[in-house]
Amino acid sequence: MKIKKFLYSQKVAPYIFVVPFVLSFLIFWIYPLISSITMSFQNIGAVSSEWVGFKNYAKLLKDNVFHTAIWNSVKYMIFTLLLLIPFPMLFAVLMDSRLVKAKGVWKAVLYMPALTSVVISGTLFRLMFTEYPTGQMNMITTALGLGTFKWLKMGWSGMLALLIVACWRWTGVNMLYFLSGLRAIDTSLYEAAEIDGASAWQKFRYVTLPLLKPTTVYVLTISVYAGLAMFLESFMLWAGNNSPNNIGLTIVGYLYKRGIEKNDMGYGCAVGVVLLVIALAINIIQLVANGTFKNKED
Amino acid sequence: MAQLDNKASRKGKAKRTVGTVLATGFFAILSLIIIFPVFAGLLASFRPGTELIRRGLSINLDFSTMNLNNYNYLFSGNADSQKYFMWYKNSLIITIVSVALTLIICYFVAYGLSMYNFKGKNLLFFLVIATMMVPFEILMLPLYKEIIALHLIDTYTGVIITGLCNASTIFFFRQFLSGLPKELLDAARIDGATEYGIATKIILPLAKPAFASMGILQAMGVWNAILWPLLVLKGAEKFTLPIGLNTLLTPYGNNYDMLIAGSMFGILPIFVIFLIFQKYIIEGMTAGAVKG
Repeated sequence: MKIKKFLYSQKVAPYIFVVPFVLSFLIFWIYPLISSITMSFQNIGAVSSEWVGFKNYAKLLKDNVFHTAIWNSVKYMIFTLLLLIPFPMLFAVLMDSRLVKAKGVWKAVLYMPALTSVVISGTLFRLMFTEYPTGQMNMITTALGLGTFKWLKMGWSGMLALLIVACWRWTGVNMLYFLSGLRAIDTSLYEAAEIDGASAWQKFRYVTLPLLKPTTVYVLTISVYAGLAMFLESFMLWAGNNSPNNIGLTIVGYLYKRGIEKNDMGYGCAVGVVLLVIALAINIIQLVANGTFKNKED
Repeated sequence: MAQLDNKASRKGKAKRTVGTVLATGFFAILSLIIIFPVFAGLLASFRPGTELIRRGLSINLDFSTMNLNNYNYLFSGNADSQKYFMWYKNSLIITIVSVALTLIICYFVAYGLSMYNFKGKNLLFFLVIATMMVPFEILMLPLYKEIIALHLIDTYTGVIITGLCNASTIFFFRQFLSGLPKELLDAARIDGATEYGIATKIILPLAKPAFASMGILQAMGVWNAILWPLLVLKGAEKFTLPIGLNTLLTPYGNNYDMLIAGSMFGILPIFVIFLIFQKYIIEGMTAGAVKG
C-alpha cells in the first residue's frame, strides 16, 4: 500500500514517465556512443580485442580510399545545400502565393518521393542512368546533341546521378518545411511593406528571408547531417557498396565496408568518429554563424 | 475616370491570369518530372522484366504490349510469391508493433517532460535534443555489436528496440502537450483521478491528432527502413520487404519481373495511408521547423 502511494504521488510520477527514455538513452545511445570512441582505439576481434592506441587513426590519415569517401560526402553535402535550400524556398514562396491553383495536388505529388523506399527509387534511377542509349538520361542528352554517357562509371556523372536522386527525394519535403515557415509569418507585415511601396523582391528580401531564418537554419542543420551521412542512395544506385573507382563511396559507405563487410569494427568506428567530429564541427560553426546561441528567449 | 479604372483592373486581371497559368504550369511540370520514375516503374511492372533490362524505363503507353503476368506471378502462390508475402507480412508486423510501442512510450515520456516540474527535467529535455544531433550511422557498429551481445540478432525485438524512444517523436508530443491547459490536471486531481489515470484517460484522448501525425510519419519511416534491419536480420524468412526486394537483385541474377511488380505493390500501403492522412503528415513533419 505504501509503495503504491509512493509510486502514485505527484512527486514520483514524472520520474516514472521518463524511465523508458533514460533507459533507452543509456543503453542505446550513450553506451554505443562511448563504445564507438573506445572501439576506435582497439583492434576488435571475434573473441578478444586489443588496445592499439591511435593506430586506426594513423592508418586513416594515409588511407586514400577514406580520403575519397570524405571528399565525396563533403562534395555531396555542399551541392545538396546549394540545390536543396534556395530552390525549395523559392518554390514554397511561389506555392504560397495566390497565383497557384490546385495546391494540394502539387504538394502531394512533390512529397511522394519521400514515401518511396530507397530500394525502389534507387532501382528506378539505376535503370534511368543506364549506359545504354535507351536509358532516360541518355535519351535526354542525345536529344540535346551531347551523345550518350556511361553515367554510373565516371566521377562527375556519378555525383550528378546522386544529386539528381537527392533533388528528386527532398525538394518536396524541404518545400513543405519552408511552406510551414511562411505560414508562421504575420501577413500584416506584408501589408505594411506594400503600403511603404515595397516591390515583390524587396518584400522577399526584407520580410520573408529574415523571418524564415529559423526554418532555414533547421533545414540547413538536417541537410548537413543527411548530406554527410548519406549512404543508401549510393548503395542502391550502384546495387551494392561497390562503385567503380569508388566514385559513389561515402563516409558511411566506407564505415559499412570496413565495419560490416570486412568485419574490422575498430577501423570502422574510427571512420565513424571522424564523421561525428566533422558533422558536429560544421553544425556548430553553422549555428554560431547564424546566431542560434545568442540567447534571445531562454 | 470609371472607364480608366475599369481598363486598369482588366489589365491587372489579365496579368494575374497569365501569372496563374505560369505559376500553376510550373508546378504541373515539376510534378510530372517528379512522378516520372514511379509512373514509368508502374508501367514497367506490366511488361516482362527482360524488356526492362533491354530497354530501360520508358513511358511507352502501348497497352497491347502490357499484361498482368508479373502480378499474376506475384500472387500465384508459388515459392517466390510466398517469399514475397512473407516479407510483406514481416514488414507489416514490424511496422505495426514498432509504431504502436513507439507512440505509447514517447507519449508518456513527453507527458512527464511537459506536465510536471521536477529536478532534472531541463537536463533530460536537453538530452532528448542531443540524441538528435548524432547521426544514427555513427552508432551503428557498436549498436550492432551490442545487439549481438544481447542475443537479439536476427530477431524483430532487435530491430525494433533501439528506436522505441524516438527523440523527434518525444519532441513533437512535448510541443503538442505544452499547448494544453494545466488546469485540466488539477481539475482531474480534485475529482480523484490518479496521475496515471489523468495521463491515459484524460490527456491521451486529447492528444489524438498528435498520435495521428506521429503514427503516420513513424509508419512511413519503419516501412521503408533499410540499414538497421539489414544488419540485424539474417535469415531470409525474417526479412522485411525492402531488404527482401534488395536480395532479388543478387546473387542469382536479377529477377526484375518480381522486383518491379513487388516494388510497386510495396509502395501501395504507404501511398494509400498518405492520401488519407495527408493533413496530419505535414503537420507532424514541420512541427520542429518553425520554432527551430
